[in-house]
Amino acid sequence: MSRLLLRRLLEAIPTLLAVITITFFLLRLAPGGPFADERDLSPQAQAAMEAHYGLDQPLVIQYFRYLGNLARGDLGPSFRYPTRTVNEIIVDHFPVSLELGALGFLVALALGLGAGLLAASFRQRKQDHFIMTMAMVGICLPTFVLGPLLVYVFSLQLGWFNVGGWGHWSDRILPGFVLGSFFAAYVARLTRNGVGESMQMDYYRTALAKGLSKRQALWKHALKPGILPTIAFLGPAAAGLLTGSFVVESVFNIPGLGQQFINAAFGRDFTVVTGLVILYAVLILFFNLAVDFLQALLDPKLRES
Amino acid sequence: MNPVTEEKSTEVLLPGRNPMAEAWRRFRHNLPAMAGLIFLLVFFLLCLVGPWLSPYGFEQQNRTLGAASPGTMGEFGRHWLGTDRLGRDLLTRLMHGGRLSFLVAVAATMVSLFIGVTYGAIAAWCGGKRDAVMMRIVDLLYALPFTVFLILLMVIFERSLLLLFIAIGAIEWLTMARIVRGQVLVLKARAFVEAARSLGRKSSALILRHVLPNAMGPIIVYTTLTIPNVMLLEAFVSFLGLGVQAPQASLGLLINEGVSAMESAPWLLFFPSAAFALSLLSLNFLGDGLRDAFNPKE
Repeated sequence: MSRLLLRRLLEAIPTLLAVITITFFLLRLAPGGPFADERDLSPQAQAAMEAHYGLDQPLVIQYFRYLGNLARGDLGPSFRYPTRTVNEIIVDHFPVSLELGALGFLVALALGLGAGLLAASFRQRKQDHFIMTMAMVGICLPTFVLGPLLVYVFSLQLGWFNVGGWGHWSDRILPGFVLGSFFAAYVARLTRNGVGESMQMDYYRTALAKGLSKRQALWKHALKPGILPTIAFLGPAAAGLLTGSFVVESVFNIPGLGQQFINAAFGRDFTVVTGLVILYAVLILFFNLAVDFLQALLDPKLRES
Repeated sequence: MNPVTEEKSTEVLLPGRNPMAEAWRRFRHNLPAMAGLIFLLVFFLLCLVGPWLSPYGFEQQNRTLGAASPGTMGEFGRHWLGTDRLGRDLLTRLMHGGRLSFLVAVAATMVSLFIGVTYGAIAAWCGGKRDAVMMRIVDLLYALPFTVFLILLMVIFERSLLLLFIAIGAIEWLTMARIVRGQVLVLKARAFVEAARSLGRKSSALILRHVLPNAMGPIIVYTTLTIPNVMLLEAFVSFLGLGVQAPQASLGLLINEGVSAMESAPWLLFFPSAAFALSLLSLNFLGDGLRDAFNPKE
């Protein structure tokens, strides 16, 4: 198993390098630099600015210099706000996004697994149909539809929550739910189908026949093989939570990294955009690695290979 | 016996064994799928002809009638769904936006269909090392933060619909490639492909004439399931203000405009949200219905 993980870890390195390279050159080759739309900047001042940031050097040199700094953990200064570095922006805003993402993940797992297991144990009965209908509704209410609607009902009409912000603990409830519910719906469907299928297998029937209660048979025998598709989905789900957080942060006005990323992209703040894309790629790769590990832990066939 | 009567006699012998007809028969009895199909057809037709029939243009402003509530009488006719803050008729904008959202969805899905089917079929057909490498690339691409790249592309380059089609299509082809590869791997070992090969057909002809037509079921099913994903991506990008630009409209952009006006004019949020959610629901029901119709479990 450790060999499998090591191989995956080694494979992540070229992927990451590809992300860095593509992002770097995409932004440098784009029309219009970070100083292009500042009208009051004289050509001399612009040249001086570019020289200061090393933008007058050949692209390849810039690229390797960037890689060198990156290896030392330095993502460089922001082009837009010269007093701030990208590292500072990440330190300031990442904890907020991380908290939001963790909440969303928790909602997705708790709600999705609970509903999915419930539906599986009532397969083809009323409860199952009800839960699966709710899951279908959840899939059709993405963050940018559900978020504003909940703000309208619970914040504007009922006044239970603040309209936005990230101060009081109650400010976490709506964003966390909105971010997680879409993925909870997917998790519920996958879990219901996976566990429901393994409950039709011979080994499950054997477990019941030897006298286990339905609950024992579910936990001990049906859960582990049935939950594999759900585990495999967690990798894409993490990537989805990340992009979902862009919307949630903008709807609820949360000072997270997503807002910083969108603003930096609009302002062509090269270093901030590149730095954040790298961070996002690292996060997603890390999460996929964790999912690989979990899968190998649960699936003996994967462990062998 | 001449061939015409022979064909007739098999028809009599095997009534209703045409797989397409069988699938349609099963599909017809699936209530949510049929409801989804009917909703989509009605909404699609409305979007197609509605903007022409409407007395208002989608960008026609009326400063004296800003944020009028639904049913207000306007200059040239009733504003059934009200107007936005610039006095533009919401119903007309909704139909126009629906048109654009459907256009992006279908075009981007076609792009992903083309890339995915070609890539998957070639990988499976070549087999061996080349197949392994090609599918490993797909695995690696799965791990990339594509939505982030989509945002980058939309910010960096001139925002055009064409770029949106291609960028979204280039993201969504991965799963299609996997599905097609799996199908082709199975089909290429079948006797009829061997027979056609022994007749001296070229590989390209074999794939196009004999293999792909037999993989049509899963391809159709997954295509219908791709469309809601693509609509979701387009709406997501437009919602962030990076996709379709005002005064144009798409469902995502209309929802975005509705959010900023929801305190004073909530209908600007409700109607586009409802139209979008119902479209997604219908597309998902349709896709699930087609899947069940093409591979029935019981």
